[in-house]
Amino acid sequence: MSDNAVAVKDGQAEQPNDPSQKSISRWEYTRRQMKKTWPGYVMVAPFLIMFAAFTIIPVVVSFFLSFTNFNMLEMPEFCAMDNYIRLFLEDDLFLTAFQNTLIFALTTGPISYILSFLLAWFINELSPRVRSLVTIIFYGPSISGSAYLVWKLIFQGDIYGLANGALMKFGLITKPIVFLQDTKYIVPICIIVSIWTSLGTAFLSFIAGLQGVDRSLYEAGAVDGVRNRWQELWYITLPSMKSILMFGAVLSITGAFGFGGIVNNLCGNPSTDYVAWTLQHHMADYMNARFEVGYASCISIVLFVLMFGANLFIKNALSKVGR
Amino acid sequence: MKRLRTRKHAVVLNRSVGGDLSITILLGIFGLFMFLPVYYLIITAFKPIGEMFLTPPNFYVIKPTMQNFIDLFASMTSTWVPISRYIFNTVFISLGATVGCLIIGSMAAYAISKVHFPGANVIFQMIVYSLMISSTVTGIAHFIIFVALGWLNTYTISIVPIWASTLGLYLMKNFIDASIHDSMIEAARIEGASEFRIYLTLVMPLVKPAWLTLMITVFQQVWNAGASSYVYSENLKTFDNAINSIISASGTQGAGAAATVLMMSVPMIVFIISQSKIVETMGSAGMKD
Repeated sequence: MSDNAVAVKDGQAEQPNDPSQKSISRWEYTRRQMKKTWPGYVMVAPFLIMFAAFTIIPVVVSFFLSFTNFNMLEMPEFCAMDNYIRLFLEDDLFLTAFQNTLIFALTTGPISYILSFLLAWFINELSPRVRSLVTIIFYGPSISGSAYLVWKLIFQGDIYGLANGALMKFGLITKPIVFLQDTKYIVPICIIVSIWTSLGTAFLSFIAGLQGVDRSLYEAGAVDGVRNRWQELWYITLPSMKSILMFGAVLSITGAFGFGGIVNNLCGNPSTDYVAWTLQHHMADYMNARFEVGYASCISIVLFVLMFGANLFIKNALSKVGR
Repeated sequence: MKRLRTRKHAVVLNRSVGGDLSITILLGIFGLFMFLPVYYLIITAFKPIGEMFLTPPNFYVIKPTMQNFIDLFASMTSTWVPISRYIFNTVFISLGATVGCLIIGSMAAYAISKVHFPGANVIFQMIVYSLMISSTVTGIAHFIIFVALGWLNTYTISIVPIWASTLGLYLMKNFIDASIHDSMIEAARIEGASEFRIYLTLVMPLVKPAWLTLMITVFQQVWNAGASSYVYSENLKTFDNAINSIISASGTQGAGAAATVLMMSVPMIVFIISQSKIVETMGSAGMKD
């Protein structure tokens, strides 16, 4: 409507909405559009400046620094692929960290994603009151900050810990296990705790998504021969909330690769024999303790590629579902 | 068999007893897994010292006591920097980050969603991609940027970088897309309202759930993360930092549990109050391919 007003004012009989048909070029059309919508740029500018300064530029800076030797004091010195070569061929601890990051991400990511969906689906048919109570129980751990430190009490290494106490009472063990220092238990415990804290935003969005599925589809499905709730889930529910599933997947993957803080607070830094050493720890070590900023940047770029790659891969895989 | 009723008619959906039962059992198991640790934390906070050292530990309190909280507050008064300063810092940083994020984010969300300027889609795509990387990746460069700007050891680095967070903005943009029709904005434009006025007086009052969600995602982030790790001066650190150092210094389970209960109660209460609005906003969170 306002487009027409502009055209009349200019005294031209063209349709500004469709650059392909009329005399103006695509570039000219874009220029006019930009002129007309300039307040949009003003409104998005503060955000863009922040976003550039704290997200885009950091990634670009890390990328360039990863090809240099840099210690924050002298100028960065270009060293081509040296950092990457050292990382993959000489640094054994890096390979441990890389492997652990993958193990953590490939366990906690999918488990927390599937659990988020299943639990949201289970509680979907409960009455609204009960549902919101259960939501608080499930979502609570993910927003309560350091509450996961309670697992330290549960897996405490002496006889006063809950797990040791219970196991000894039932006579399964005779002396306490030092769970959080024992290389056999550290990784599984960290994974369990991480899953405990991971029913976050993705879980909430699934609840909302399930509530938003059109009820009449279920009725139509029932008429059309959907026999049980599993078929209903597969043929109706999942396809109609595909975009929410995608959103949840992105959050779960990013969260799973950002794993690390939990290990520090539960098992100490570094954990016994570096069994739970992740890329995040390796990076912080080179950054804060050794001031090898170039090398640390190199690790951060590896992490970036892992996160981004996994996300794009899943995004592509999910977009093929139901096609 | 369960009935799914609608206004017009009732359709019988097949709901097997076995399915109901197995879902209830699974739900119970996971419910306990999620809830029992929280429960154990809370009862530990109320346990007197005598009950801490039982084998196996009790899953209930015989004589609940407030002693742990009293001990906690006692050790707070003996800190080097007064505890009121930490509380002020937490409130100041949370408010600064949240309000800034709300203003910047909502303005950008409106512009990207409704002012169809060339490039809006590119910007939104970048926002979607930014959800795919975590702050771990940008941490190193942040430090370099803070050094370059001379921001080390100021409030600024605990507040300003949060303004660039994109989750709340993403949710708000989608919510505006879903809940406000273009024709309404177009009508306001014809009436001669400026974009800024449309944003402030027309769109913002209609998307209150999305504000709340944006504010809460930011608030939780700041509350749980505390001050940036590049803040060294004790004067600028937050309540969260103070409590963590009290936990590690006092070394008693009880005071630690009491402190954790206090810390987690704030985001929990905020969520309980705002739950329905947040879920409403999340309904349009979907990510198109």
